[in-house]
Amino acid sequence: MDLNLFWFCTLGVLLAGYAILDGFDLGVGILHLGARGDRERRTFMNSIGPLWDGNEVWLVTFGGALFAAFPHAYATAFSGFYLAFVLLLFALIFRAVSMEFRSKRESPAWRGFFDVCFFAASTLATLLFGVAVGNCMQGIPIGADMEFAGTFLDLLRPYPLVVGLLAVAMFAMHGSIYLYLKTEGELQQRIHGWMWHTFGYFLVMYLFTTIYTLAQIPGATRNFEQHPWAWLVVFLNVLAIANIPRAIYLSRPGYAFLSSCCTIAALVFLFGIALYPNLLVTSLEGGVNLDIYNAASSVKTLKIMQIIAFIGMPFVLTYTAIIYWTFRGKVELGSFSY
Amino acid sequence: MELDPVFLSRVQFALTVGFHYLFPPLTIGLGVQMVIMEALYLRTGDRQYEAMAKFWTKIFALIFAMGVASGIVMEFQFGTNWATYSRYVGDIFGSALAAEGIFAFFLESGFLAVLVFGWDRVSPAMHFFSTLMVSLGSIFSAIWIIVANSWQQTPAGFHVVGAGLARRAEITDFWAVVFNPSTVDRLVHTLIGAFILGGFFVMSVSAYYLLKGRHTDFARRSIRIALPLALVASLAALVSGHSNARMVARHQPSKLAAFEGHFQTTDGGTPLYLFGYADEQQQRVRYGLPIPGLLSWLVYGDARRPVPALDDPAIVPGGLPEGRHVRDYWPPVNLTFQFYHAMVGLGMLFIVLTVYAGVLLWRGTLFEKRWLLRVLVVAVVGPMVANQLGWAAAEVGRQPWIVWGLLRTSDAASKAVAGGQVLTSIILFGVIYLLLLLAWLFIMDSKIKAGPESPEDLARHAERRGLAAVAAARTGASHKAEPGA
Repeated sequence: MDLNLFWFCTLGVLLAGYAILDGFDLGVGILHLGARGDRERRTFMNSIGPLWDGNEVWLVTFGGALFAAFPHAYATAFSGFYLAFVLLLFALIFRAVSMEFRSKRESPAWRGFFDVCFFAASTLATLLFGVAVGNCMQGIPIGADMEFAGTFLDLLRPYPLVVGLLAVAMFAMHGSIYLYLKTEGELQQRIHGWMWHTFGYFLVMYLFTTIYTLAQIPGATRNFEQHPWAWLVVFLNVLAIANIPRAIYLSRPGYAFLSSCCTIAALVFLFGIALYPNLLVTSLEGGVNLDIYNAASSVKTLKIMQIIAFIGMPFVLTYTAIIYWTFRGKVELGSFSY
Repeated sequence: MELDPVFLSRVQFALTVGFHYLFPPLTIGLGVQMVIMEALYLRTGDRQYEAMAKFWTKIFALIFAMGVASGIVMEFQFGTNWATYSRYVGDIFGSALAAEGIFAFFLESGFLAVLVFGWDRVSPAMHFFSTLMVSLGSIFSAIWIIVANSWQQTPAGFHVVGAGLARRAEITDFWAVVFNPSTVDRLVHTLIGAFILGGFFVMSVSAYYLLKGRHTDFARRSIRIALPLALVASLAALVSGHSNARMVARHQPSKLAAFEGHFQTTDGGTPLYLFGYADEQQQRVRYGLPIPGLLSWLVYGDARRPVPALDDPAIVPGGLPEGRHVRDYWPPVNLTFQFYHAMVGLGMLFIVLTVYAGVLLWRGTLFEKRWLLRVLVVAVVGPMVANQLGWAAAEVGRQPWIVWGLLRTSDAASKAVAGGQVLTSIILFGVIYLLLLLAWLFIMDSKIKAGPESPEDLARHAERRGLAAVAAARTGASHKAEPGA
């Protein structure tokens, strides 16, 4: 495996890690207004309280790694998606502060305001992630100078919006299973119903997006001819999706959550397979695709970064394991909670 | 009217980084004090130290959240607004940012969870370890970001490849990048600035309690930790500042000349202006107070050796190209001069204030000097401003370069972003940051007014938890005993 491919795969791992981990806490945000009364809303926020910040670091590290390994892709995408990224940043800012600020005052107006902020910011961020993925799949106007040559509205075409809605449905499902694991009693019973509903939405969006992709983006399956083993991932993906309702039905929510994690990982993988070896595809005649070679840093930097990743990742996984172990079990509201 | 995207991007960067930098130095400075407080709690078992650790941790979490929220903006802004810069330096600058993510952010954010939410879930020793890791993480983060920024100031360990649009810097020597000529000096000075701010912050809140006659034992013990830190750091800032200025004189002579408003090279010693107005039109400092030979003495240890001024072509990195004027390579001189002088002036005030307060603490009369406590309540604004001024002087003084001698700021902005888009985002950032700041101050104010828990409350809480644990163990035991009974 050459270094460029190594970094393509590592970015995929970081993206999958982010989508799985921040996916459930974004999902909790999407479902937040379904919680009734102050105590339930606090329970929702505290179910992710110790975890969301660390989850978001996966995104920050993904951004840093993209910058370091493929600076042209980082520069083109971020400057090209300018307003979309500014919106995403506002969403992430509001999410962070609404959790931190909400329960610091007693006033119902104050709390209600930040409840809505938390829901809206989580939903908007998820939608924008999906739209970004959809745009990468469909291609964006990139000129021969590697610069984005479109407008904000070019990013809001039907296909990316459909992928955005798929992302919202998927994270809502992922979040509801997570909440089921973290809650008890009457609230948990209600969330049981949500799991079925969100799974239904997800299934519809998944099927629709799959058909849309096959019809609209002929390049998406191009790599499957050369790498038939990728069909195995499709198969596992379907299996994981099918296992979610089975596990819910058998009252084994842990398995349902695991299956939902696998579903997300498989979709990120399929996204990578569809793109490879490109990072950004141009939709313009005479434009240039940014791939893992023409957008990359020098071999020396890729090598140094590889060493940094090999030193750093075991630590990262250790911290993550320690934190998730420390905060296992049901949510308890105490004097340190939000 | 044509909106200039470069100018607007600079305004936006200044606004967002200035806002962001209100918070990280506070967390760095507060973090080390929390480590000390919790270590004392572990050693002595004194509940007052536990109360201190818990209270400052709550405050820390509030500051940290703002740092995270405003920090993500910084990481993405290089790509959104400075795409040409990102292409040029990605090989080097990007690596430092990625390393910051892997080595610092995961450490900080992971253990912060234990720090804030884990008091009842982990042992006191594990909790102390988490505090230590969060504090270390905040310092690691400073290390990598200052490596990245110092490389912009004094680039090393690279070569330039390609031509025209594809021109970019590539790494040749990783350790030369990390330890470029300015990294160590600038890192030390930045951390010292953070420690001064942390010390003044804890003193400010504690002095407020003392004036109100509340939580007096808590406040006195907090000051006994914060004041020595602020005192030592203020003195160290003088030493490290001197070292920094000499480094700047060696590697960025035009920046030093701008710091000092030094326009014309003369024979003999160069004076140092204590204050004044650096007039770029007349090329001299007006309304100033010069001390003859002092700048020469500070830079070279020789009061008669001239320091090169802004009119000296030798200050242009790589030499003055044909047909250009040396003035094309000046930063905004008066702005740099004022920022720098205000920072140094404030630094001197911190020394006076902390030494005086330290002497009173030694004599045991500090806590009765109400006027001094009042000064300490508001004095926290000083280091906050000084930290901002120091960065402003360093960054404005770097102009017209974004990477010293290699790439001009005016060539570095995104080509795909129009002025109108940047104006829109500036307005949105401005409004949102203002609202956030107000909400944050409001919550900080109410947290501080609510104050820490008393040691007695903590003891009762521990007792209840102890009883609950015993009860749980008993019921567990009786459940187990049942089948046999």
